[in-house]
Order: sequence, then structure tokens, then C-alpha cells
Amino acid sequence: MSIDWEAFWITPRLAAVVSAILLVLGLPLAYWIAFSRWRWRFLIEAAVALPIVLPPTVLGFYVLVALGSRSPLGRWWQSLTGHTLAFTFSGLVIGSILYSLPFAVQPFAASFSSVDRKLMAASVTLGASPFRTFSRVVLPLSVPGLITGTALSFAHTMGEFGVVLMVGGNIPGVTRTVAIDIYDKVQTSNCSAANETALLLLVLAFAILSFVYAVNRKVWIIGPAK
Amino acid sequence: MNRPQIIEDASAKPETSPLPASESGGREREITDRTLQARFRKRFLSAEHEFSLQVDFAAEPGFTILFGPSGAGKTTLLDCVAGLATPDAGRIAVNNRVLFDTKAPLNLPVAKRQAGYVFQNLALFPHLNTEQNVAYGLAHLSRTARQQRALAILEALGIALLSQRRPAEISGGERQRVALARALVTDPSVLLLDEPLAALDARTKSGILDDLRQWNQTHRIPILYVTHSREEVFALGERVLVLDNGQIIAQGTPHEVLSAPQHETVAQLAGFENIFDATVEALHAERGTMTCRLATSATDSLQHAKVDLETPLVRAGVGMQFRVGIRAGDILLAIVPPVGLSARNIIAGRLVSLEQRDVIVRARIDCGVKMEVHLTLAARHALQLHPGRDVWLVIKTHSCHLMAN
Repeated sequence: MSIDWEAFWITPRLAAVVSAILLVLGLPLAYWIAFSRWRWRFLIEAAVALPIVLPPTVLGFYVLVALGSRSPLGRWWQSLTGHTLAFTFSGLVIGSILYSLPFAVQPFAASFSSVDRKLMAASVTLGASPFRTFSRVVLPLSVPGLITGTALSFAHTMGEFGVVLMVGGNIPGVTRTVAIDIYDKVQTSNCSAANETALLLLVLAFAILSFVYAVNRKVWIIGPAK
Repeated sequence: MNRPQIIEDASAKPETSPLPASESGGREREITDRTLQARFRKRFLSAEHEFSLQVDFAAEPGFTILFGPSGAGKTTLLDCVAGLATPDAGRIAVNNRVLFDTKAPLNLPVAKRQAGYVFQNLALFPHLNTEQNVAYGLAHLSRTARQQRALAILEALGIALLSQRRPAEISGGERQRVALARALVTDPSVLLLDEPLAALDARTKSGILDDLRQWNQTHRIPILYVTHSREEVFALGERVLVLDNGQIIAQGTPHEVLSAPQHETVAQLAGFENIFDATVEALHAERGTMTCRLATSATDSLQHAKVDLETPLVRAGVGMQFRVGIRAGDILLAIVPPVGLSARNIIAGRLVSLEQRDVIVRARIDCGVKMEVHLTLAARHALQLHPGRDVWLVIKTHSCHLMAN
């Protein structure tokens, strides 16, 4: 076996951390997108969707600049920890969060907005606070969307390449992910090893997406089929 | 005429009816602590149309029916009381508690208004079972108190056996009861019901209404009940407000409002199948009647007779325009010219069509205007009616209801 297990371990670890953070950060953002009546809301929606259309190198480049020692964020981090964020696992996490943001937030927001407004109205007329309405009505009815968003952001982070290369570089054991590893292997004409790793990634991605679509068969979520 | 006083905005058109008051329920009503008092206006501007809701009413404990065609603003009115919609100006108070007042200014959040609301689509939480749905509004109580209260109301409404079932697993009538229980259990200070029984059969409906009435005996709060069913108005009605195009056009007891409507919208809602334009031809003060000529149009009719009706006398002058409403069930039909009748109006015409609806036969008669007359199956059989036959219509003076034009 010529799979680089170290790289293979970093990838799901990165994906798990990123999708977990996105689950926490994405909920309020998605809630705001779904229910805000602010007239410029579309600007935020567009900004969230940007990573879908931007080349990863563009996003990676800006993240790298933002994390670097010349930016306020980079300086702040450096004064706190003594080293820069660029080319570290933490830097990779930040880049990946931005990169996978729409894959979490969009399904969250879509499922929030598909919750019947009358149910939310019923909840508040019954004396519930907005938070209770969210946690007891909106969230439980959005479970398929939450699972989809989390699984998609996990899978998307698993498969990322450009941002990782820009922000993390290729440091074995720290920032070298499977995708980079495959690229490396192909570059060094080690095609059979690349094939093994690539096949494993393919199977894994398929498994995750199958899970997402299986979960979204609504009949399993709310009550028995009529 | 005791018509509703409209707040600040004077743009509301006062009713210009020259007719004596009866729809507005002349008697002064006692305003108790628990009365809902609402006086507000709300305007909507959308691309297609502009809609303005402007109301002023008091609803005492017991049922107040909100009756009107769809789009009249009934649901918006409920939303404003519940706080789900915010009026542009006005004041809403219930039980001596101000919920909304633009002068204060005060706009109590929905969650603090203690308004029980049963939505048209019920809005039961699909992921919670019956008991959880009902206990939802009792979050401030301990778990055991919550369970006790929920089970007590479920038992009172006869649905305790369904406590562990989800909305998708119970019938339509049971769902209505759950929605009602969920609103009642919170001990609301006003109950808002938006066509809660529209989809139910008559028996289920009356069962639920009985339970609700019983509950209201011990919990004396105002209940605003939206419906567009005439039967429900008469079945429930202590008091009815007729809403049309955002305005209260009539109020009073169902009998006052719907039996002698003065407004065309009310008349249509009240089931006046025949409504005509009419002009006063002559006044007969000595016998308390007047003659009105119905507007006929040549294209509308094969006959060219002038149609005069003797109607009750109202304060009016010759040449004044009215609308006359006649219930199809109030018209008699004869196959020979009738004689020796007390009825003042006997009009010759020709039967145009017969159409059976359930146990009623709707006959259309052309007598210069088109009249609809309702007959029983037996009457059709006995008279051997068929289209083309000459007939005579008999209409009592007091079956002609005059409405402002």
C-alpha cells in the first residue's frame, strides 16, 4: 500500500473541524439570511455564495494575505501565539471555512425558509421567545437541511485543493491533505499510488453524498408516510 | 345611525344610507373589563392593489363573528390583534390591558399578548405529538403542571386518547380539536379563530362548537370568529361584524344584520339571489309603501314589460335610486294569474330554465328582469313546470329589501 496515511488522516480531521465550526457559525448566519428583512440582504447572500464561483486560488490568495503578518488579523494572531497563521493547520481551517461556507449556509437557510411561517407565528402567539421558536420549531423541522449542509461542507473540504495549496502549502503531517498528496504523486509519476488514493477518496465522497440523499428522503424524518 | 367612528383619518366614507338604522345595532353595549376594544387602521401597498383596513369595534366576552367575503381583511384584523401585523395607527386593548397604542406609543410583542390564535391551516407542529403541541404554550410551568394542564384540556375536548399521536396521524376534526386545545390551555385573554371549522362536516363542526361554547361559559373572554359561512353566523352568533374591503359595513345580531341587510355586500353574503337597481316612482305614505321601477335592459330580457315593485316605504323622494334585494325563497310562483292575494306584487313572466340543486329547484324567470326563484321538488312536480311556460311571480311588499345604492 502506498497511501500516505498521514495525509489521509489530516483531510478528514480538517473536514470534521471545518464542518463542526460551520454548523455553529452557519446557523445564525443562515437564520439571518432566511428571515432578515433588510433591503440589502442580497449583498450578504452574494458574498456567502462567492466561494462557489471564485477560483480557489483567488480565495486562497486573499486568505493568505489576510493571515499574513502584514494584516491586522495576522499581526493579532502573531502577538497572541508567536507565529503566523499561514502554512499552519489553523490557517488551513480558516481558509476552508470560507471556502465551504456556502455549502453549509445555503442548505441551512433554504431549510429555515421552507418552514411554514404560520408555525413560527403559532409559536410566538403561544408565548415563545424567538430563540425558543427557533430551537423548538425551526431547528427540528430543518434537520434534513442541517445534515445536508454539514455533510456537504465536510465533503467539500475533503475535496479541496487550491485553497489548501495557497494557504497551507504542502507540509507533511501539518497541511498536506490527500488532494495535495495525489497531486504530488502524479507530479512524480507515481501513478499507481495516486490511483489508490484517488479511488479511496472517490469511494468516500460517494458514501457521504449517498448518506446526504438518503437522509433527505423526507419520509424518514417527519412521521410515517400517508 | 350608530356607525363606527373611524379614527383620525377622515378619508373613510361615511355610509350615506337614507334608511333607518338597524344594522348597526342601535343599543349601547356595556363595556366590561374583558371586552376587546380595537380601533385601528392598516394600509397595504403592493404592486397590484392598495388595501386599507380600518375598523373600530368592541367585542364583549362571547362570540363575535367576523363575516365577509375573502379578501375583506378578516385575517389581517386577527393578525393585528395578535400582534402578527402592526397597524399604522390606533389602539387595541383587552381586559384593561393595552396591547397596542400608537399614541403611547406601545406595541406589545406577540408573545406577551396572551391571544389564543387558531390559524386557518391550524399550524400544528408536525414534529410534536398532541400532548407536546398542547403543552407548547405552557413552558413557564413545571413539567408535571404542564402535563396535568395539557391532559385536562385534552380530556375536556375528548382527545386524551390521541395524546401520543402526531398531527399527521389523526383526522381533520381531531386536528381542529388539538389546535383549539393548544390555544385554550394557555388561558388567553382573547381567542382568535380563523375559519377553524371550514373543512369539517356539519356534525363534527357542531360538536366542536358545543365544546367551545361550554368552555366559554367558564372562561368569559371575547372570541373573534372568522367565517364566510352564513350557517355558522346564525349558529354561533351573538354578534356579527360584517367586513368588506377593509371596513366594517354592518354590525349587530345575525338576525338584525343578515335578515334585513341594507348593504349590497351584506345582502349577497346573506343570500339575496335577486338584487336589482331601482328608481322610486311613487310614494304611498298612506299605506306605508312606495313603488319602485326595476332597471331593465333590453339585451338582458326577451320581455319588454316595465317591472314595478311595491316596497316598504322609507324616507326617500321620487326619482331616488336604490337597490332592491329579494330572496329566491321568498318568491311564490303560480301557473295561472293569481287573484285574491294579500301580496302586492304579481308579475307575469316566462320560465327560462330549471336547475336542480340538492332538494331545491332553481327556476329562472324572465319578467323584464331575470329573477331566480327557489322551489321544492314537489312544487315543480305539482305545477308541471318546463322552460317556456308562462308563470306569475308573487312577491310580498316586505320581501323587498331596500339597500343604499
